[in-house]
Amino acid sequence: MTYTSHTDAERREMLETIGLEKIEDLFADIPKKMRASALELDGPLSETEVRREFARIADGNCDMTCSLFLGAGSYHHFIPAALSHLVMRSEFYTAYTPYQAEASQGMLQSIYEYQSMMCELTGMDVSNASMYDGATALYEAAIMAMRCARKRTRIIVDECINPLYRNVLATYAGNLDLELVHVPAKDGHTDVEAIAATLDDKTAAVLVSNPNFFGVVQDFSELAGKVHEYKALLVMSVNPVALGALKTPGEMGADIVTGEAQPFRSPMFFGGPYIGFMTTREKYVRKMPGRIISETVDEDGERGFVMTLQTREQHIRREKATSNICTNQGLLSLTVAVYLSLIGRDGFTALAEQNISKAAYAKKALTKVEGVSLKWKSPAFNEFVLSLPQDAEKVIENLTAEEKIVGGLPLKRYYEGMDNDVLVCVTEMNTREQIDEYAAALGRLI
Amino acid sequence: MKLILEKSKPGRKGVGLPKLDVPRVSAKKAWPKELVRSHQPKLPQLAENDVVRHYTNLSRRNYGVDQGFYPLGSCTMKYNPKINEEIAANCGFGALHPLMPEYLAQGALEVMFRLEKALCEISGFKHATLQPAAGAHGELTGIMLIKAYHRYHGKTNKNVMLVPDSAHGTNPASAVLAGYKIVELPSDDRGNVDIQAFRGALNDDVAGIMLTNPSTLGLLEENITEIANSLHERDALLYYDGANLNAVMGYARPGDMGFDVMHFNLHKTFSTPHGGGGPGSGPVAVNEKLVPFLPVPTVEHRDDHYFLNYDVPMSIGPLMTYYGNFAVMLRALVYILRNGAEGLKRVSEDAVLNANYVMQRLKEVGYTPSFPRRCMHEFVLNNSDKAKKGARTLDISKRLLDFGIHPATMYFPLIVKEAMMIEPTETESRETLDNFIEVMAQINREIDDNLDLLTQAPHNLPVKRLDDVRASREPVFRYKPGQE
Repeated sequence: MTYTSHTDAERREMLETIGLEKIEDLFADIPKKMRASALELDGPLSETEVRREFARIADGNCDMTCSLFLGAGSYHHFIPAALSHLVMRSEFYTAYTPYQAEASQGMLQSIYEYQSMMCELTGMDVSNASMYDGATALYEAAIMAMRCARKRTRIIVDECINPLYRNVLATYAGNLDLELVHVPAKDGHTDVEAIAATLDDKTAAVLVSNPNFFGVVQDFSELAGKVHEYKALLVMSVNPVALGALKTPGEMGADIVTGEAQPFRSPMFFGGPYIGFMTTREKYVRKMPGRIISETVDEDGERGFVMTLQTREQHIRREKATSNICTNQGLLSLTVAVYLSLIGRDGFTALAEQNISKAAYAKKALTKVEGVSLKWKSPAFNEFVLSLPQDAEKVIENLTAEEKIVGGLPLKRYYEGMDNDVLVCVTEMNTREQIDEYAAALGRLI
Repeated sequence: MKLILEKSKPGRKGVGLPKLDVPRVSAKKAWPKELVRSHQPKLPQLAENDVVRHYTNLSRRNYGVDQGFYPLGSCTMKYNPKINEEIAANCGFGALHPLMPEYLAQGALEVMFRLEKALCEISGFKHATLQPAAGAHGELTGIMLIKAYHRYHGKTNKNVMLVPDSAHGTNPASAVLAGYKIVELPSDDRGNVDIQAFRGALNDDVAGIMLTNPSTLGLLEENITEIANSLHERDALLYYDGANLNAVMGYARPGDMGFDVMHFNLHKTFSTPHGGGGPGSGPVAVNEKLVPFLPVPTVEHRDDHYFLNYDVPMSIGPLMTYYGNFAVMLRALVYILRNGAEGLKRVSEDAVLNANYVMQRLKEVGYTPSFPRRCMHEFVLNNSDKAKKGARTLDISKRLLDFGIHPATMYFPLIVKEAMMIEPTETESRETLDNFIEVMAQINREIDDNLDLLTQAPHNLPVKRLDDVRASREPVFRYKPGQE
């Protein structure tokens, strides 16, 4: 059979050892009326047939020669060749969560390296070993803030946060005694004054993003001051690629930093697996969800790494648990550490600069098309909102169908009154030629 | 081994980026001063080969299923077929953006649609969501569906979730996070839910029960029919923790046992790699009662076209930014197609055969199973007799490492003293199992002959036993690069 090894003779001998005659006897405890009839499934297929079948299925996807200007939380970035080779070392990917630390030093050390790098990028003291994705990390940060600011149940949510993230927050918020208060965007950026006016002594946290959904970057130092006056926490969801250029959330006064680290490894994989991250200040570490790795020593005093502060977790506290997460995205935190090491310090700075440069070039090129303008002129990272003279959904649809250009995300579905607006993303992967072609095609279609 | 950050050399360059083919615009030029990062993050400065050597050598300090036996109970550490990885890496799905127009993502949607159908067939349910990112995430999802169901029917008094004391720790934690009070049910001396205690706990406030069947003790619940009937009489629902599905494929279906909702662990039963702790995938399947509440988007097929359906008025909402861990789903579908119905049945047969064989042989060499019953795909040893002689389950486990065997799950379930939970899985050969039994027999002899060998183990791993206490009292969470 496919992945089992016993011969018929071995099975008979083993049954004999147990004192049974037939394989079916192993399942005698299952009452007759509960027995399943034969399952109706496709297969079995040989490897060759599987290859053919998936080649056929993959044909149903788009031709990957499309040029892509679509971001909105999932980004197309450069993947170094060495990256996938290292991550596909099966010592890593076929291992379980590192419960047996002595046999898991490779994974534990790499996660410790990941934690160190994420702290360095965000300007914070502590990082966990990663979370499911950007949206769930933001929700976990919100309920973590409720644990830090005891008995407070109000969470202020900036509407510049990715609407997909806000939908996820709404899903989970219904579980607990938690009130989400939304504050509308003002010209594409966070309305700091409106948020300040919404703060009260029931507010546990203010959630903002940087760059925000529209690509706009903002200094939240002033907001942090106001949030702290009310003894609430500032939670900032960031695109980590921008941190090559952007003042750190730590310097801005954030208390919890989360985000999506998918841009650090890239396969967009139709939405997953991705990797949420979370960093915070040391004083909040015991309220932080997820795995955390600590340095320690072995019996000979040699350095080693272990999972720590597990008393926070469900193994021990069970019904008093504050989080049910018992995995991280282990392989993806390894990926992030390897990626950041491969592109290195100067590469990371250059990456952010390339994204800013490409976006600046694209803004110029695309707004040369008659009737096309920038929605807002605010400082932005690698995304920006373009206003078209007509319904953006139609234009983007035609661009894809006729020109093989995926021109961005029409915003009609996400924000009222933005029928003609499209969110465009430009990364280091978009060549000047692609951008020029996009502008030319847009000119032909409008 | 040094940290990658400690190996950094000022000025050394790694892998280069694509050439910048547009005018350079620095952050300083593009943004106001207060927005610009004041210092470069202290990331490593290394050449490509430095990085490759570092992580290759780190991988050699890690143990995975490809190296040897990994009988970690409840985790189903089976072999991860290489064709799964090949399809995931080479089929072009990696470049597919999740917000692509549907007509350009038909292949990905077909994968999701077919996987959902296959999981429903295997489990006896009506529909499934593939969104949850892990088993515990699936549990939370399932409990939220139960909550939505009761809320819809106006039963807001139902605020209690029953959880057996043998359950995975994530069960009560997930129910708490969904806003439930937990009532814990004790186990009887055959490892079943104590039926008297169950009857006593049952009232109109009970929203449901979370069961693993077979349980974490590796035993089938003998009273499942009574449990299901009495809960359903009070309109309470049954949640099935699919962690142990590997025991019953092709023999029994949770949907036929009376369960209303379950989660799968694609990273256990369906052979996708555990990745050193993720990414996993925890789809949730439901019967008719719960279909209206499934998370959006659902994946549908109409007129030869696959699409994402957001029009589910009573949906609990989306669980993730996008649609779940797609690349994990892809591998699971490959696995199911490779096996077919007969193959999956064989999987469960050999999983249960291997567990019973190892349990029987370990009994013969001096170990004590916690319950005197035939087991399913795993079993639990009670090592308290060994602990009395000074060899705790921890010591036996660390000693196993010296023989190149990954230890079993330790100290779980909580209701068995000095528990050691062993799940061989179906992909292990007779020789591997026999070698494990011989090693366990030798360790048992060492308890009498040379106890230090156990209490000081492991002896030949990259590190000796690590100081957990220090890590929790004086934790160090990050390396701080020096000033340069």
